[in-house]
Amino acid sequence: MSALRALIVFLGLILVWQGVVMLTGAPHFILPPPLRVAQALAENWPLLLQHAGITVLEILLGLVLGAALGCASALIIATQRLARRWLLPVLVVSQAIPVFALAPVLVLWLGYGLASKVAMATLIIYFPVTAAFFDGLRRTDPGWLDLARTMSGGPVRTLWHIRIPAALPALSSGLRVATAVAPIGAVVGEWVGSSAGLGYLMLQANARMQIDLMFAALFVLALFAVGLYGAVDTALRRAMPWQADDQNTA
Amino acid sequence: MTPARAPAEAPHPAPSVHLRGVGLRYQATTVFEGLDLVLPGGRTTCLLGPSGIGKSSLLRLIAGLAFGAEGIAEDENGQSLVGRVSYLAQQDLLLPWRSVLGNVLLGPDLRGKGRNTALVTAARDLLARVGLSDSEGLRPAQLSGGMRQRVALARTLMEDRPIVLMDEPFSALDAITRYELQALAAELLRGRTVLLVTHDPLEALRLGHEVRVMAGVPAGLERALAPAGEPPRNPADPALLAQQAQLLESLSKARGVTAVPEVRL
Repeated sequence: MSALRALIVFLGLILVWQGVVMLTGAPHFILPPPLRVAQALAENWPLLLQHAGITVLEILLGLVLGAALGCASALIIATQRLARRWLLPVLVVSQAIPVFALAPVLVLWLGYGLASKVAMATLIIYFPVTAAFFDGLRRTDPGWLDLARTMSGGPVRTLWHIRIPAALPALSSGLRVATAVAPIGAVVGEWVGSSAGLGYLMLQANARMQIDLMFAALFVLALFAVGLYGAVDTALRRAMPWQADDQNTA
Repeated sequence: MTPARAPAEAPHPAPSVHLRGVGLRYQATTVFEGLDLVLPGGRTTCLLGPSGIGKSSLLRLIAGLAFGAEGIAEDENGQSLVGRVSYLAQQDLLLPWRSVLGNVLLGPDLRGKGRNTALVTAARDLLARVGLSDSEGLRPAQLSGGMRQRVALARTLMEDRPIVLMDEPFSALDAITRYELQALAAELLRGRTVLLVTHDPLEALRLGHEVRVMAGVPAGLERALAPAGEPPRNPADPALLAQQAQLLESLSKARGVTAVPEVRL
């Protein structure tokens, strides 16, 4: 049913798009009609696929790195008082710097290749994951901690058997946010300086007035972003079957 | 764990608990101070009193969970109670990501015992005794309130501690379930030193060898009431009902003079 709804919404948006093109009479190098974009997609798919592969690799590497670093930081901040006192303020203040402003510096330091985009994606993912997991780790039900104490549970085993599993729902909302923003990091990185990737292709197509190709690249990117989010969401639900099913709100 | 004894049987002999001059302050309020209490070994003591009087705080103090408390809690030989107390709260505190069996095995897991066959067999045995043999694979969300509290009881018994503290463990249950669980707990905890905090005078009279009422600001303990016979007693017994009236009277008297907010430590 939800797939059918999504299809109806998608087709509706295409119709609105076509309607806008017809009503405004916009030239195709400003707003190409949907059919022209589909044509560009069909004609250029090997090119699109090649660039998409690079962007996907950047996003996935960034996601894995950002999530791993975020989880590790949250664990350290949650368990080490000294780290909490010194690192937490630094972490919060660092969020005042827009990540996009760092993109030129990252390209300067790490070059035009994969590394600078992976670094961008990692940076943009790191904070939501750290914040969400840390929040979950420090909000363990005090009743569970009392129970662990009467059971003579040490801090490490209490962390492993109680605090981490109890924080997983919070971590998973952080991961969902991270998955949604990860493509932004990779594409912004590509815009600032790159020689491949969907962001690079968009800029090139834009400069050559191949707006239909630009839209086709955007479409591929959106398709992948939605697919990635769906996959991560499903995986998280499967991994936490005890979490309340929110089917009645869906 | 000695293999000769299943965890559901009480260790012999269960120590008595001696509280001497215990006190607890919460901000500017003295919850209680200079309180003395003896919980006789192997017997069940029930503690009644108005809400907010400090019953739960006293229980947490014995469990070693009240930081900043003063006074001494020890056994008859002056030994510390650490590691000999288990705790059953009003909330069952089951971990939602663990199965029923996994919840019963939480204590051994937290002590790094590993899952050996003997432990799993002991946990299954306890689940059978609380009537949940067929539910070991279920998650807590799939259980009713009564079943959840049965799992919590099995988890408490798995700890095999001689002293068991219970903080209104049956108060959230419906009448019939509560009645069944009271009898089950009385049977399974026989021989252990038990302190049961409750709001329900009839529950106290049904389960306690001794019934104490906590009252006043700062709180003190009134003289013990000792119903005749062995728990679990028949609640239809006229003598029990007469004592219930007596307890209700001293409880309503106690309520008139308290104004201490419920303290969470």
